[in-house]
Amino acid sequence: MMKIYADNAATTKMSGVALEAMLPYMTEHYGNPSSLYTIGQEAKEGLEAARATVASCIGAQPREITFTSGGSEADNQAIRTAAVIGARKGKKHIISTKFEHHAVLHTLAKLEKEGFEVTLLDVHETGLVTAQEVKDAIREDTCLVTIMFANNEIGTIQPIAEIGKVCHEAGVLFHTDAVQAAGHVAIDVNAMNIDMLSMSGHKFHGPKGVGALYARRGIILTNIIEGGAQERGKRAGTENVPGIVGMAAALKDACDHLDENAKKVTALRDRLIEGLSEIPHCALNGAKAPRLPGNVNFCFEGIEGESLLLLLDAKGISASSGSACTSGSLDPSHVLLAIGRPHEVAHGSLRLTLCEENTMEEVEYMLKEIPQVVTYLRNMSPVWKELERGEKQFML
Amino acid sequence: MALYTDIVMDHFMNPRNVGSIENADGVGEVGNAKCGDIMKMYLKIKDDKIEDVKFETFGCGSAIASSSMATEMIKGKTIEEALNVTNKDVVDALGGLPAHKLHCSVLAEEAVKSAVKDYYDKNGIAYDKKKFPECENCESCRMV
Repeated sequence: MMKIYADNAATTKMSGVALEAMLPYMTEHYGNPSSLYTIGQEAKEGLEAARATVASCIGAQPREITFTSGGSEADNQAIRTAAVIGARKGKKHIISTKFEHHAVLHTLAKLEKEGFEVTLLDVHETGLVTAQEVKDAIREDTCLVTIMFANNEIGTIQPIAEIGKVCHEAGVLFHTDAVQAAGHVAIDVNAMNIDMLSMSGHKFHGPKGVGALYARRGIILTNIIEGGAQERGKRAGTENVPGIVGMAAALKDACDHLDENAKKVTALRDRLIEGLSEIPHCALNGAKAPRLPGNVNFCFEGIEGESLLLLLDAKGISASSGSACTSGSLDPSHVLLAIGRPHEVAHGSLRLTLCEENTMEEVEYMLKEIPQVVTYLRNMSPVWKELERGEKQFML
Repeated sequence: MALYTDIVMDHFMNPRNVGSIENADGVGEVGNAKCGDIMKMYLKIKDDKIEDVKFETFGCGSAIASSSMATEMIKGKTIEEALNVTNKDVVDALGGLPAHKLHCSVLAEEAVKSAVKDYYDKNGIAYDKKKFPECENCESCRMV
């Protein structure tokens, strides 16, 4: 049986490049980078080289990079930082969108309890916001705009450069959660007017448990973790040197091959979208473009996502869904609800996220298996039967 | 997969009694699509015995497995025996369900009851209404 990993938005397989870069920092240069003796300084050199590499991949300066435990911590720290800066000036309004990652939404919800006002912009059926909508939402007391670079579920890519421009014209800080974009889409923080940016190592074939926060020079970060003076005093705790080195190597590798990988993965994605579109009463979630090269997300009417995933797993396909049953809550994905999918339909979603290691053969295998599984589940679904008998109207 | 027991996976991958019964003596439907689970149960009843049972389910793996197991447990039984099958019996027979999936077994119990209630109503048989909670008041939607 074929084994297909099609959940690269959840996490990726670590690359050989990343692994090889990391190993010496576990076995040879294992010193604490804060120590003054040679073995510590070797670790420090690796750490600083990684910082320079990460910075160069997004057009930043090394000192503008702070290493974190991952994307969530970077998002938390960026938003907290902007809130502290804003509050000092009496500015307590933040703009974001309805379909951000929970690392952003939950931090914003906490800030609301602390007296901040949050405007969550609509993302429409397309899963896209416009710079004009951001501009219209900016007020005198707005201290931060935080909008994700690319959505983790439906892959739609926001007009980041345009949004950055309107933020800067208005003198408002702009943060972007680029966890899904870094290593997959070209990023230039200066050209795009990005003030803060979050990324996570394991989304581009680096290791888990490590991420980075870019903060433009002059932005004084607020600590989330207090303690020692690591990361210029802004993120305490002995640095995860092997992880950081591995992340930097993976990011460089991804950025060096960005166009080539994007071209290959886009072709796989488009074939998969084309093939799945032939299933009756289904719909692609989010606009087809601009969209991450590897993201495919469909809703199939009349079925539920978890049972779909289990059956696909039995066929060797690893995928994910926005159904409530996969989240442990009663509500399906907030992203699918934000783009206007009704609950009933959102439960039947399937996300397939590809990378350059996937092949056209795998795509064809999925296109053979997925329609069969959908039909099988529909045949035992009372919801589907009602739709078929015309007792209910199809929504897709 | 570690999420479910082997018995759950067996009943999910090879569900028993899937389908519908034409001119069923009792049909029950519980749950709602908004929450992500609907179970529909069809009963063929003769001489107070459940001669045949079929189900259709829209829902997750444990919802399908719970439906399948419940139909196996009531097939060939008397109505009285079928009504005594609790959600706990279904869970035990499945070798356990994850805590956040227990509501699926409640739904299975309610589906059986709802189908029997329909049979009673159709045939003008008197019954104790307290034993047949309305779907929206049942535990299933409150447990999640």
